[in-house]
Amino acid sequence: MNLIRAKGLGLSYGGRLVLEDVDFSIDRGEIVTIVGPNGSGKSTLLRALLGALPPSRGVVERQRGLRIGYVPQKLAIDATLPMTVARFLSLPFRQLPQRRAAALARVGAAGLEGRQMRALSGGQFQRVLLARALLAGPDILILDEPTQGLDQPGAAEFYRLIEELRRETGCAVLLVSHDLHVVMSASDRVICLNGHICCEGSPQVVSAAPEYRALFGPGTGGALALYRHEHDHHHHNGAEGRAGGKRDAG
Amino acid sequence: MLDDFVLRAMLAGVGLSLATGPLGAFVVWRRMAYFGDAMAHAAILGVALALGFSISILAGTLVAALAAGLAVAGLASRGQAMDAALGVVAHSALAFGLVAVSFLRGVRVDLAAFLFGDILTVGPAELWLIWGGAGLIVALVAWRWGALLTATVSEELAWSAGMNPRRERLVLILTLALVVALALKVVGVLLVSAMLIVPAAAARGFSRTPEAMAALAAAFGAGASVAGVWTSAIADTPAGPGIVVAAALIYLVSVLFSRFRAEG
Repeated sequence: MNLIRAKGLGLSYGGRLVLEDVDFSIDRGEIVTIVGPNGSGKSTLLRALLGALPPSRGVVERQRGLRIGYVPQKLAIDATLPMTVARFLSLPFRQLPQRRAAALARVGAAGLEGRQMRALSGGQFQRVLLARALLAGPDILILDEPTQGLDQPGAAEFYRLIEELRRETGCAVLLVSHDLHVVMSASDRVICLNGHICCEGSPQVVSAAPEYRALFGPGTGGALALYRHEHDHHHHNGAEGRAGGKRDAG
Repeated sequence: MLDDFVLRAMLAGVGLSLATGPLGAFVVWRRMAYFGDAMAHAAILGVALALGFSISILAGTLVAALAAGLAVAGLASRGQAMDAALGVVAHSALAFGLVAVSFLRGVRVDLAAFLFGDILTVGPAELWLIWGGAGLIVALVAWRWGALLTATVSEELAWSAGMNPRRERLVLILTLALVVALALKVVGVLLVSAMLIVPAAAARGFSRTPEAMAALAAAFGAGASVAGVWTSAIADTPAGPGIVVAAALIYLVSVLFSRFRAEG
């Protein structure tokens, strides 16, 4: 039984077809990364998997009673809303102080309980978001570009932490990211998305796939992509690079 | 010694504030200020309909405010620009209401009482109604608190926890409509949203958690109600606007306090 499964998923948003014929599944303990250029439907796919967007076509099935620990891409807490870290960790359900403290300590943000959310640095904020997600006792962690605003070492450390958490709790991890080379080394499976699934498989398989290379030619991708394709960078410019794989979702 | 009608007026304001405090906090957090305004303006149309069809004014305003709220929510979800949708609904509802009232021949309508409230004429029955309605709103908001707050912080966060933020938005629209209907007598349609926003905004500067802000907003609203009615009794000022003036003064102190604290 998959934790989450989508079959033939299609999604129109504001009259535009954003996702087309996406088959997706994730199992317990897996780390799956979704990569794709801006506007490729990565966040839309996550929202559909969460149940926030009803599919236009196909079905999304979540395991009954599935506990999701969700780390959003960005969380703008309104300036008018006072919110301590401790209070935030008790969203949506109240948590005991010792559980909150343990979750903060686990993500390397111990002792922040009394701080206002808006007063945190970018790195602290992401760690608090992760701590809140952990308090759900998740079967699956879903992270939408969780290292935005972190520098390279900060992002690498964040992903190491997620890998450790997966080992400790056995939860699945579904990740959307731009930090290609860091993410790819940690993933069991990579899905390359551009409106549809261009290619899918182990990091090695995907990084060698022509569809992936067309989307993430030299200069736009991470170090891995850069290393593999440096020799033919002049073939992957402009329109050719954006054209995508065999099928273009438009 | 306070006259009975002064005491009733104070109690009416305090009762209403118990509801407008927490609800106003959500209005401020979710930036629904004009949303509340649109629903309040529609209440005038509700008054006209109630008088025209001989139903209770409370029911008429409740239905009209609810309809306006659902209309705006519907327009917004269809991708209309929110401020334009609010402007259209708010002002056309008010205009329709004023025109509709003029058709009511043989009914003497004191329009000013509906526009600015008539708190000093609150009778014992109305007082019970206000406290009962406020109690209902507080109970509803307390029951939904966790989900409302989660959906306010982030709709995705709510979805991921198995909550439905759309349902929570409906809860807010429903309770706002009820507050508008109750507040009509106290501060009138033009100042309902002031009762929602001003005490909550004043409470922001003193609060570290959402719960503290909601509770403090209720306390500030209650204090402003007592002060406004008191001033009205001794200086013959209009009571409804006096309540809002008192709340605005509290807000001013809060802003100065926050600045002082930020610098110190």
